[in-house]
Amino acid sequence: MSSAPAPRAIVAGHGDFAAGIVSAVVQITGRDDVFVALSNRGMSAQDVERTLRERVEALSPDGGAVAVIFTDLPAGSCTMAARRLQRERPGLSVVTGVNLAALLEFVFSEAGDAAAAAAESVEKGRKALAVAGGGALGGGSRGA
Amino acid sequence: MALELYRIDDRLIHGQVVVGWGQPLDLRFIVLVDEEVAASDWEQELYRMGVPPEMDVYFESLADAAARLAEHQADPRAGLLLTGDIETMARLVEATRAIPSVNLGGIHHKTGRVQRLRYVFLSPAEEAALRELSRSGVEVTAQDVPAARPLPLDEVLAGEGNR
Repeated sequence: MSSAPAPRAIVAGHGDFAAGIVSAVVQITGRDDVFVALSNRGMSAQDVERTLRERVEALSPDGGAVAVIFTDLPAGSCTMAARRLQRERPGLSVVTGVNLAALLEFVFSEAGDAAAAAAESVEKGRKALAVAGGGALGGGSRGA
Repeated sequence: MALELYRIDDRLIHGQVVVGWGQPLDLRFIVLVDEEVAASDWEQELYRMGVPPEMDVYFESLADAAARLAEHQADPRAGLLLTGDIETMARLVEATRAIPSVNLGGIHHKTGRVQRLRYVFLSPAEEAALRELSRSGVEVTAQDVPAARPLPLDEVLAGEGNR
């Protein structure tokens, strides 16, 4: 039996956003066991919510483990669906506006629980967003 | 007329509406016509969260929307009126006779519907309702995002957008 941990978070967004950014995480970290990607392409709001619920339940066989849903856009249907699930599962964290630096931080987080790891990833993701080479941010960011 | 778009979209407020149409039209308000949302503070908060602070959202029942349509049309700001289904829009058209055009933005698959476009699936009853709208003088086109060509209803029903 494999000792690899089950995926801990879902990344959901428009078009191929989730698959693309998860692919980038795998390329950089070699870890393909952390995120499950979901696209809202061609789905009604009800489809998105149902699919997201199925994924969360599949990743949480004990009914409580998952964890975190990362989404691309605050106004997106994935975010709306994630918020609806959050109403049923208060332990679920929803992070919207996700970027690559945030996901990388989540992969390597040593925080004790998923909510804390999500909070750390938000902090890292914010810091990674910068105008490179100076400007208002004065010297840019070293990033993740 | 300040209401720039009358859209049917089963996702209601989402990325295509807020960003896809919101930016090029410089939208300043959305009128969301939905009985369930109009009756639920929680649903309203959910949708408001996805909208930038400079954009107003008015959550209205069908009756309220019919009563306030002229007021919204007189608003000098650019706005978008949104329903989640064809029936609600058709009833609003019937109640007001003041809606010149309807945009099919996203009507996705469910039992009984047939695919007409990548993002438009219609039941026979919905197809009939759209034909009736068109016969009554409302211009009905499908267009998910501003960069796409608006497809006239006849082309939608012929499935020509699928090619």
